[in-house]
Amino acid sequence: MLSILRTIWRVFLHMFAHRPTVPYPEKQRVLPPRARGRIVLTRDPDGGERCVACYLCAAACPVDCIALQATQDETGRRYPEFFRINFSRCIFCGLCEEACPTYAIQLTPDYEMAECKRTSMVYEKEDLLIDGVGKHHQYNFYRVCGVAIGGKDKGQALEEQPPEDVKTLMP
Amino acid sequence: MAVLYVDNQPHEIRPHEVGKNLLKVCLGLGFNIPYFCWHPAFQSVGACRQCAIKLFKDEHDTKGKIVMSCMVSAKDGMRISIDDPEAIEFRARVIEWLMLNHPHDCPVCDEGGECHLQDMTVMTGHTYRRNRFAKRSFRNQDMGPLVAHEMNRCIQCYRCARFYRHSAGGRDFGVMGWHDRVFFGRFEDGVLQSEFAGNLVEVCPTGVFTDKTQARHFTRKWDLQTAPSVCVHCGLGCNTIPGERYGSLRRIRNRYNHRVNGYFLCDRGRYGYEFVNSPHRIRQPLLRENQAALRPISAQAAITHLGNLLHSGRAIGIGSPRASLETNYALAKLVGAENFYHGMPTKHLRIVRAMLDVLKRGPAPSASLHDMEKCNTIFMMGEDIHNVGPLMVLSLRQAVLQKPIAEAAKLHISDFEDAVIREAIQQEKGPFFTGVPGFTKLDDQVTQAYRGAPHDIARLGFAVAHMIDPAAPAVEDLPVERVQFAQRIAKALQDKKPLIVAGYNCGSESIVRASANVAWALRKKGFAAHLAYTVPECNSMGTALMDGGEIDDAVQAIASNGIDTLIVAESNLYRQLSLSGFDTILRRIKHLVVLDCLPNETTAWAELVLPAATFAEGSGTLVNNECRAQRFYQVFSPAGDVRESWKWLSAAMVASGRAQSEPWPDLDAVLAALARDIPVFAKVPGITPPSSFRLMGMPVPRESHRFSGRTAIDADQTIHERPPEPDADTPLRHSMEGYPLQPPASLLGRYWAPGWNSDHALNKFQQEIDGPLREDAPGVRLVEPSGGQPSAEALNIEYLGLVPPAFQRRAEEWLVIPAYHIFGSDELSMHSPGIAELAAKPYLQLNQADADSLGATPGQLMTMTVESAVCTFPLKVGPGLPDGVVAIPFGLPGLPGVALPAWGKIRPAQPGEPTGVRQA
Repeated sequence: MLSILRTIWRVFLHMFAHRPTVPYPEKQRVLPPRARGRIVLTRDPDGGERCVACYLCAAACPVDCIALQATQDETGRRYPEFFRINFSRCIFCGLCEEACPTYAIQLTPDYEMAECKRTSMVYEKEDLLIDGVGKHHQYNFYRVCGVAIGGKDKGQALEEQPPEDVKTLMP
Repeated sequence: MAVLYVDNQPHEIRPHEVGKNLLKVCLGLGFNIPYFCWHPAFQSVGACRQCAIKLFKDEHDTKGKIVMSCMVSAKDGMRISIDDPEAIEFRARVIEWLMLNHPHDCPVCDEGGECHLQDMTVMTGHTYRRNRFAKRSFRNQDMGPLVAHEMNRCIQCYRCARFYRHSAGGRDFGVMGWHDRVFFGRFEDGVLQSEFAGNLVEVCPTGVFTDKTQARHFTRKWDLQTAPSVCVHCGLGCNTIPGERYGSLRRIRNRYNHRVNGYFLCDRGRYGYEFVNSPHRIRQPLLRENQAALRPISAQAAITHLGNLLHSGRAIGIGSPRASLETNYALAKLVGAENFYHGMPTKHLRIVRAMLDVLKRGPAPSASLHDMEKCNTIFMMGEDIHNVGPLMVLSLRQAVLQKPIAEAAKLHISDFEDAVIREAIQQEKGPFFTGVPGFTKLDDQVTQAYRGAPHDIARLGFAVAHMIDPAAPAVEDLPVERVQFAQRIAKALQDKKPLIVAGYNCGSESIVRASANVAWALRKKGFAAHLAYTVPECNSMGTALMDGGEIDDAVQAIASNGIDTLIVAESNLYRQLSLSGFDTILRRIKHLVVLDCLPNETTAWAELVLPAATFAEGSGTLVNNECRAQRFYQVFSPAGDVRESWKWLSAAMVASGRAQSEPWPDLDAVLAALARDIPVFAKVPGITPPSSFRLMGMPVPRESHRFSGRTAIDADQTIHERPPEPDADTPLRHSMEGYPLQPPASLLGRYWAPGWNSDHALNKFQQEIDGPLREDAPGVRLVEPSGGQPSAEALNIEYLGLVPPAFQRRAEEWLVIPAYHIFGSDELSMHSPGIAELAAKPYLQLNQADADSLGATPGQLMTMTVESAVCTFPLKVGPGLPDGVVAIPFGLPGLPGVALPAWGKIRPAQPGEPTGVRQA
C-alpha cells in the first residue's frame, strides 16, 4: 500500500519536472548545427559549386545510396553532371561528409523529409545544391589545388610559386 | 633452393632469382617495399631512393648498412631487414621530400584511388606536410586527344622518359630543365608521336599523364564493372581490361599476359574502345519493307522474318575475321558449310591460309610477343610493323638489344642495371635486317634495309633461304648488291635465336612462302628459328582455320545461280570487295541480312539488320596471329536488343525449322558444338572454366567490393533495386557479390590487393615478378608444327617454290600497294573520336622521281584508276618507295577493298574532279 502511494507521489512530482519531449509538430526543437539530417551540396565563398565529383562520398557510403557522374567545363573545372542521393536508403551516418575533401557535402539539422511516395525521396543535384557555404565559411578547394581553372591560372593558388620556365639555364 | 633472410626469417627463393635485384625478389616473396623508379619492364636505375632496406654482412652484424634494394643482387644466405627502424625512417624522409611539391589535387586527379604515389605514401606513413615554403608549379602541355598532362603532380621518377624513349623509341618527349624544375614533356605543345604514348598513363606512378578520353566520362577504378577481355583492333590479341559504368564503356587498361602483352598496349587498342559508346550504334533490329527506310521492329519479329527468309529460298552466309569463332561457326551451321564464305578480302584469306599452312607443316613454330623479345637476330620482310602489328614493335626493340646485353653481361653487369647496361652498350644493336617497300618508323633500329617492291622482297627472302640451305629454291638474276645483302643476312641469321617476321602488309603470298623457306632452312641447320606473322584482324587466324569459300566465290555464286538470301555477320562487304563485286551483290541478292554493331555501307542496303554485341557486350573466342585462342568476356549487359551474333543465329536455327530447340542457348553449348565439329578447336572450350565454375560455391564478381551507388544508380527510373543482370554464359556475375579473393588468371578482371590500389597490385597476382600469373591461363595455341620440333637430322623439309619474277616497272601503269595506318585502317576504332582525330587522310604516295616524271607536285590532286575504282586524292611525295610503285592508304572510311597490290593508272585530276572514290 505504501509503495503504491509512493509511486503515485512520484508520478505526481513528474508533472512539474523538466520535459525532455516537446509537442511536435506544434513546437519545434532547435537542433545543434552538427545534427545529422538532410544532406546538402554547398557552394564555395565565391559562389561556385564546391563538389568536384571525386566520388569519395559515394565510395564511403555504407548503403551505396549516392550516385554521381563527373564532368568538367571548358576551363577544366570539375563538377558533377548529376548527383543523386536516394534518401529512402540513407542512414544519415555522415560518412559522406567526413569523406568529402572539399566540404561540399554536408549534413544539416533538417530532418523533416517524410514523403508519401518513395520516389520523392530521390534527390537530384538541383534538390541538393544550396546557395550557401554551410558550416565551412572560408574553404575553396580550387584556391589550394594545383590545377588551373577559369579565373585561376597556374601559380595563382595559395602557397604556390609562379610557373617555372623550364628552358632557362639560370640557377 | 637458395635462402634469403628477411628480418631474421629465412625465405626460400628460386635458384634463378639469385642475382636478380632484391626489390624484385622481396616483392615476389610478398613483402611490401615502396618504390617508384623501378618497373619490371625497364628494371632498375636507383634514382628515387625509395626502396631502401638494410643489408647485413652476416648474422653477427647488428649495425648493417642502408642500400637501395633495387640495385643489389640477391645472394644465397643474404641477410636483409625491411622493418629496421633506420630503414623505415629513411623511406619516410624520402617520400616526404618527394612530396614537397606535390599539389593538393587528389580529388580532381584521374589517378586518385589507383595511384602508386598514394599507395606508397600511405605505406611509408607520411601524413602531414611540414615544409612551410610555397610549392613549385609548371605549365602543362597539350599532348593531343589521347593523353592529358598535369605536370605539377610529377615526382621526377623518370619512368615516363625511360619508357617513351627507351622502350617505345619515341623521340619527341623527354626531360627538360634542371635543378628542382625538371620537366617531362615535349619541346613544344603537340600530339605525342609515339603509338605507345597511352602507356604513359599506366607507367606514371602518379597523375601527370592521364587518359584524356576517360576524362570526358570519368569514373574511379572501384566503380568500374570489369571483365577479362581481348583487344579487337589488330591481330596480336593483346589482353585488356575494359571498364564500364552507367551502361557505357569508360576505358581500356592493360591485362597482363606474360606470353602476349606484358605491361603495355598500343594507342589503338587503348583508345579505340569508344566505338562501343557511339551514338550511331544499332541497338534494335531494323527492317526495310518495300524499299522504304529501315524501321525498328521487335526482336521476335526480326527472328521470325529471318526464319521465313531461310525457309523460303537458298541462303549463303559471309562470316567475318572481326567476329568471334562462335559467330562464324554458328553462321556456317545455319547456312551449311558449303554455303559459308569468309568475310575478308580474298587476298587476305589466301595469305592467312598460306601462313597457317607454313605453321602447320613446320618445323618452325610461331613466336609469341614474349618469345620475340628473347630472339637475337631478326629478318623482317615487307612489314611496316608500327601500323600492322603495333605492339610487336616493343618486342622487336627488345630483341635487337639481346646481343649487346649478352655482351654487357661479360663485363659482369647485372641484367637489371638499366642505366649501366645502356652506358655499356651505347648505340650498339643486334642484327636486324628488313626488306620493306618504303621507310618505316623502325628504321633507326635496322642494321641494313632493302627497299623494293613486294616481289623483290620475296625474292630477297628466297635468296637468303637458298644461301642458308642450297636445297631451297634458288633465285635467278639477282643483282650483285642484293646477292651480297642476302649473304650478309644469311650469315647473321645463323645464330642461336633467329626470328623471321612477315605478314600481310604487302599483300604478297610470295613473302610468306619466302619467310617459311628461310625459317625452315635455319631449322635444318640447327638454329631455333621462329616465325612471326601479322594478320589483318583480331580473328583472321581463327576464321581461316575454318572451312569456307573465298568472298569472291560468294560474289560468283550470287551472280550465277539464284541465291535469295545473303546473311552477313559483322563484316562490311564494302571494305572486303572491289566496287564491282559489292555492286553485283547489291543488284543480284533479293534479301540482304546483316548482323553488325554500327551502321556501314553494307547495313545501308540491308533488308534486315540485327544488332550485334561488341567485344564488351558479349563473350566469345578470338585466335591471334600466333594461333593462340583467347576468350573475351562480356563486361556489361547492353541496352536494347543487342546480343552476340551467335545468339541471333541460334534463334534463327529454330525460326527456320533447322532445329527443334535452340542449339546454342549459351556459350558452353556453342563451344562444345564447335569443339565437336571442328577438331582443330578441340581445346577451345578448356581455355577458361565453364559457366558452372564456382569458387567456394561463389561466382566471380565483375564489380569491386568498393563499387558505389548500388541503391541510387537506377533510382531516377525506379525506386526498386534491380536484380543483377543474368549471365548464363560465364562464371562471372554482374554484381559486387561473389568470391572475394584472387580468382584464376583467366577470370581476373581487376588488380587490387590491400594497400595496393594501383595497377602495381599486379605484383600480388604473379607467381614471381615479371613471370606468369597465379593459376595462369595464357590461352591455348591451336597450331603447332606437325610432329613437334624434330632434330636437324630428322628433318625432311620440302621447301616452297614459286619464286616470283623480279618487279619490272611498266610504262603507263603503276603498282599500287596498300599503306596501313595504325589510326585509320581499322574499321571499328575509327568510330572513336580520339582515334578519328589522329587518323590519316586519304592520299596517293609516290617517290620524288616518279612524281617529277608525272610533273606533279605534293598536294596536287591526282586521279588513279585501279580495277573498277577511280580515286582522286592529293599527292604525297614520300622517300623510300621504289620506282613505279604508288602507295594508297588502306581501309580509311569510304575506301573500298581493292585487292592490292594491283596495277593502276595515274593522271593529274581534271579541274572540278571530286575528291574520293567512285566506280569507273
